[in-house]
Amino acid sequence: MFVLARRLKEAGILGINGRNALYQLIYNERKNYPLVDDKVLSKQIAQKMGLAVPPLYGLIEDPHQVDGIDKIIAPYQDFVIKPAQGSGGDGILVVVGRGHGLYRLANGKLMDIDDIRFHLHNILSGIYSLGGQDDKALIEYRVKFDPVFETIAYQGVPDVRIIVFLGVPVMSMVRLPTRMSGGRANLHQGCIGAGVDMATGKTLSAVLKNAIIDEHPDTGAPVRGVQIPNWEKLLEIAAQSFEMTKLGYQGIDLVLDRERGPLMLELNARPGLNIQIANGEGLNHRLEKIKANIDKLKSLADRVTFARENFPPKI
Amino acid sequence: MKNRHLYILAAVLFLIGIGGFLYKAFVKDLPILPEQIVKVWNVELQVTFEGTGKPAKVHLFAAGNTRRFTVIDQSFIAGGYGMLSSLKGGNRQVTLSTRNATGKQAVFYRFTVHATEARDNNPTAPKPSIERPNWTGAKLAAAQAILADAHRKSSDPLTLAAEILQRFNANPLSDNAKVLLGKNRISGTKARVAAGILRLAGIGARAVHGIKLVERQRKVQTVHWLEVYVGQGWRSLLTESASPDIPDTYFPWWRGESPLVHLEGGDRRRTEIAINAGAEKALFAALSSGLSQDDGKGFRFSLLDLPLSTQHVYRILLTIPLGVLVLVFLRNIIGIRTFGTFMPVLIALAFRETQILWGVFLFSLVVAIGLGIRVYMERLKLLLVPRLAAVVIVIVLTMLSISIVSNLLNLPRGLSVSLFPMVILTMTVERMSVVWDERGGGEALKQGIGSLMVAAVCHLIMINPYGEHLFFIFPEVLLIVLAGVLLLGRYSGYRLLDLPRFKAILDRQAKARAAGPDRG
Repeated sequence: MFVLARRLKEAGILGINGRNALYQLIYNERKNYPLVDDKVLSKQIAQKMGLAVPPLYGLIEDPHQVDGIDKIIAPYQDFVIKPAQGSGGDGILVVVGRGHGLYRLANGKLMDIDDIRFHLHNILSGIYSLGGQDDKALIEYRVKFDPVFETIAYQGVPDVRIIVFLGVPVMSMVRLPTRMSGGRANLHQGCIGAGVDMATGKTLSAVLKNAIIDEHPDTGAPVRGVQIPNWEKLLEIAAQSFEMTKLGYQGIDLVLDRERGPLMLELNARPGLNIQIANGEGLNHRLEKIKANIDKLKSLADRVTFARENFPPKI
Repeated sequence: MKNRHLYILAAVLFLIGIGGFLYKAFVKDLPILPEQIVKVWNVELQVTFEGTGKPAKVHLFAAGNTRRFTVIDQSFIAGGYGMLSSLKGGNRQVTLSTRNATGKQAVFYRFTVHATEARDNNPTAPKPSIERPNWTGAKLAAAQAILADAHRKSSDPLTLAAEILQRFNANPLSDNAKVLLGKNRISGTKARVAAGILRLAGIGARAVHGIKLVERQRKVQTVHWLEVYVGQGWRSLLTESASPDIPDTYFPWWRGESPLVHLEGGDRRRTEIAINAGAEKALFAALSSGLSQDDGKGFRFSLLDLPLSTQHVYRILLTIPLGVLVLVFLRNIIGIRTFGTFMPVLIALAFRETQILWGVFLFSLVVAIGLGIRVYMERLKLLLVPRLAAVVIVIVLTMLSISIVSNLLNLPRGLSVSLFPMVILTMTVERMSVVWDERGGGEALKQGIGSLMVAAVCHLIMINPYGEHLFFIFPEVLLIVLAGVLLLGRYSGYRLLDLPRFKAILDRQAKARAAGPDRG
């Protein structure tokens, strides 16, 4: 047991306590949390910085507004409803099509308008929010992902997670939904996590639960060696997120939209540690390297270049 | 460095805690272990009389702490009587009075005594003022004759007292002794008269009245002996043998000439003393000899001074920090996931009454039924707060049914289901159903079982009698727990359950190394 712990430590693997005590509590100031915990605020500051985000169709802050949902969604064939303070993708409703008074969800389920209203009420009363306090519901643009992911994403939207430390991108992974994960991008639930070569933006081999895979289980397409388009741009957005929130240690989730290009989905002040499994590498050595060199990294370009040159993949 | 601040704080808290603990344990002699039992005697004095329809007053002497005994838990039971307490001749006299005593009257005085180790074998006492007995005529002459005779054959006050007592115990009695003792030649009279003669000679002396502490007896006779002031303190002499060795079981109750009970305004007084021995936890020793007695050092910070019902509450509440410490350990060092941060500790509290197996069973049953109802209510599309309220009601009903059914089946443990915190249960049901919807049944069950396991472990540690006793008698131990929690707060190592999860990374790296220069 202690031997295993020592080997993990040598491999630079960051545990939950380590993340909380050494990074989150030290580099993230409490007062900046609302900027990432509330997706409405995240969206606003991102737009202020000139970053593209999925357009907001409407915001429901109060139960009496729930009845007005028809008007908000009337012009759109597809949209996403999400809680402003949800975590781990809980409470997100992805509507991909509509007809005959019914709404078709990404996972194939059908809902009527009453179901949607009920879901909105649940969001507002805070059952998906972190502390259980009252929440808001966002209705926004549904991302149509880039064709590069067409064959390796099942039902859901693949996203790119980048961990950013003091403005330097540290590690990245692509999350590819599967049938098992029900279209969700959550590693616990069986979505694929593929590590990313920071220099090139090409995917490394991937993990599904605990197995290492090279092909998507639902489509059979290879998941290794896929080039993420606009990689440099994604790294720039990630590096900018530090100026946006002032949180030293955070995760940023990006999606590649077919028409709109890279969009920032959300920020996370407590990004998960499974990214280490997807990359087959611990975070610690990279974080230490950044700590040692941070004084030299003045500009945004410096930080992006540093990330591309210093973190060769281990697998 | 931030951590140094924390270490200093934790060290200071630890030192204060351990210092207070050691002081109370070794200087104040508080029991460290709960098993230390001391023997106690419960004494009851019952005074009954016929009221005459007029005001009545019962004067009696209250027992007090002595060198060898400590009196705890005194109480008077006398309905309709007012109580007045005063000091009289070194005794505390309590007067119970009523304006209208009609018919049979009864007052009770109860107290509990336990023996303590005598700290000082020859305690000093201030010199008493000597009050000469108001004897006249034949009595005075007889007393002077006995004194003169005894004086010749003695060398100091103690031998003089022994000589006098010998004359009262002689057979046949001298005429002088008969005059002094009268017809009632019992031990108490001898002690009173002997004390009187000694005072006549200018020597401080007094009669002591008490009881012999026996296992169990009704109609206990009082015992009497003599105390003589010699040098700096009082020395005792048994009335019958003039021996200075007072038996350990003799408990001195009051001193002086007066009888134990004196009644004004009543007929046919009967006085009865009963003794009943028992065992109490050594806690009471602390209550009396250590903390509760204000020994002038202002050391009165103790839970033992609180009302009993409050003490009971704190006995349980003080185990919560221990449970919380265990919870922190299980969550942050082991890495078990639970519903709600402190929910397991509250469930663990409920397990106190249900006991663990029943507790786990009842908890699972109630939550399972609650989940079923919650799933059904999903179809009704209720808003959150009314839905929670509905689940609370259903859970109360479920608990009620379990109690009734288990009563019918003669399973008394089932009744204790009512002690589960139902709001906590409701929140558990709600959280569990959200996790079930969002993350799947496996995760929900995993967290549910995790919560139960943590609750069970917390419970097993919290009901430990040593812990409960320790926190109750030494609340400063909480500072040590606080120090421990603070230190755990900066623990940045792996959680036990992190290890297997991240082991996959090592495996992948090994595989990649084995594959060699495969990657570009």
